[in-house]
Amino acid sequence: MNRGDLIAPRVAFGKALAEAGNIYKDLVVFDADVCASTQTQYFKDAFPERFYQSGIAEANMVGMAAGMAASGATPFVSTFAVFLAKRAADQIRVSVAYPKANVKLNGAYGGLPTGKAGATHSSVEDIAVMRAMPHMQILVPADPVETRAAVMLALETPGPVYLRTVRCPVPVILPENHRMIFGQGLELHAGQDIALVSTGMMTPKTLAAAEILAKEGIKARVIHLGTLKPLDNQIIIKAARECGHIVTVENHSIIGGLGGAVAEVLTEHYPCRQTRIGFPDIFMESGDDEAIFSLLGMNTENIAQKVRTILKTKKEIK
Amino acid sequence: MRTLSIQELKEKAREIRRLILETTHHAGCGHTGGSLSEADILTALYFHIMNIDPREPRNPGRDRFILSKGHATPGFYTTLAHRGFFDRKELKTFDELGSILQGHPDMHKTPGVDISTGSLGQGLSLGIGMRLEGQRRNLPYRVFVLMGDGESQEGQVWEAALYAGARKVKNLIAITDYNKVQLAASVDQTLSLDSLGDKWRAFGWTVRECDGHDMKELVETLEGACEAAGDGPVMILAHTVKGKGVSFMEGDYRWHGKAPDDAEFAAAMKELKDPEEEEEKHE
Repeated sequence: MNRGDLIAPRVAFGKALAEAGNIYKDLVVFDADVCASTQTQYFKDAFPERFYQSGIAEANMVGMAAGMAASGATPFVSTFAVFLAKRAADQIRVSVAYPKANVKLNGAYGGLPTGKAGATHSSVEDIAVMRAMPHMQILVPADPVETRAAVMLALETPGPVYLRTVRCPVPVILPENHRMIFGQGLELHAGQDIALVSTGMMTPKTLAAAEILAKEGIKARVIHLGTLKPLDNQIIIKAARECGHIVTVENHSIIGGLGGAVAEVLTEHYPCRQTRIGFPDIFMESGDDEAIFSLLGMNTENIAQKVRTILKTKKEIK
Repeated sequence: MRTLSIQELKEKAREIRRLILETTHHAGCGHTGGSLSEADILTALYFHIMNIDPREPRNPGRDRFILSKGHATPGFYTTLAHRGFFDRKELKTFDELGSILQGHPDMHKTPGVDISTGSLGQGLSLGIGMRLEGQRRNLPYRVFVLMGDGESQEGQVWEAALYAGARKVKNLIAITDYNKVQLAASVDQTLSLDSLGDKWRAFGWTVRECDGHDMKELVETLEGACEAAGDGPVMILAHTVKGKGVSFMEGDYRWHGKAPDDAEFAAAMKELKDPEEEEEKHE
């Protein structure tokens, strides 16, 4: 995978899982009839004897995975984020998170992009639900390279992990040898006029916005938080201290996701102005992904414009 | 452990019932009714049927037990203590802060608890998973899942039933503690499970029924179920009485989640006295 390549993270996920199957002999995969969409098909083809089809029954799927984990397996449970994190929320809570079962969860089709499926399928609040669950560790990779790294990190780490993968193609921004570390954010672009803190597929857009702004003489720091739990508090506090204003950017509701998590850190450790870019407490609707992102002020130009407005207002106040 | 006679098993069950009452009475809380209804089933499993060793509670080849009706811990914990998984004096700490005996089973806190449960409807799925891994590792251990009848109103139970039936999951034995009473009313008044056996059969399970308080019948049914489980999942409908053994608790939903007060405890313990002791007194 080379910088700039457009690859769907779901495909990177599927291939990484099949690759991991060779390394982890106890890795088994559960699917609720969406393997062709979430791309666990790759694992199914490579290791049919370790692939479990639950049918469209997410609650039972999560429970079976927890039972297998209790007897020594490392199950990766995969279905659409919207159903995994909410329809099976209680099963994840009681059978996975509470006993620290070694179950990995792939919340596929995270956020808006679902192929125009609309409100019922666009997962706007899965991270909020997973974040509030004790023992849960959360990975929201930026690009296809980091998606592969996230699969490997999830498997290396004992206990429950929620990994969010994305359907639409996303440009590669990280080097092939990139490794993810829990609780460690990444500074992707230097600057101290303002700090843009992003996660998941919004990171490439945010980085592109910072590059546009750089040409205008605006130095925006870009921080990518790929591990939302545990969170890299220090990198957020440092950004607040040095940049004075933080803009969070996420493919999720502004409630309870990255925006909420960063606000919690700032309020307790270093209060500073924050602007949240994300879904404004609404359900999504059918339509072209980019059209909806634009409508909600979430495309690259929107992000750049938001920064210009913030900095202009700041200047006027001064 | 040597094989116990039916008479000896009956005696164990009586001792467990007394321990249940001591435990909930001492704690001032706990699910007494459902614990008394499951006492004979647990006795048969832990003192006769299951291949387990309290000295090796994590042996990969052991049989597993899942208390899917996770609130009935007084019955479960007293059985585990009586079987030697932990010291009986721990029962006095039931439900207290810092206790190894939580309100609902915790696999990391209580020796002998194979998996954590508490939210109804989840145990059967866990049991299937344990068997899938047993199959993958060529370990023929059996998994026993004890379910409540009221619990069977949960949708997940039927997702699991469908899966295990369709896939013919082997060495999986579910038991319904069919006491016909749930938290606030009878099962029929709450949501009828009429023709429960037919429902399970329709999902591809072998169904056996027995009197869940007749030790001989219970042991024979469990033995038969273990044999039948070599071909696919088996459901035993064990007809029981909630609060069994204490006249004023039997069949009364009010004893679902309640502990006896001092007077009730004394009266209940009198009913569960050693029958031989009783005879000696009369002589």
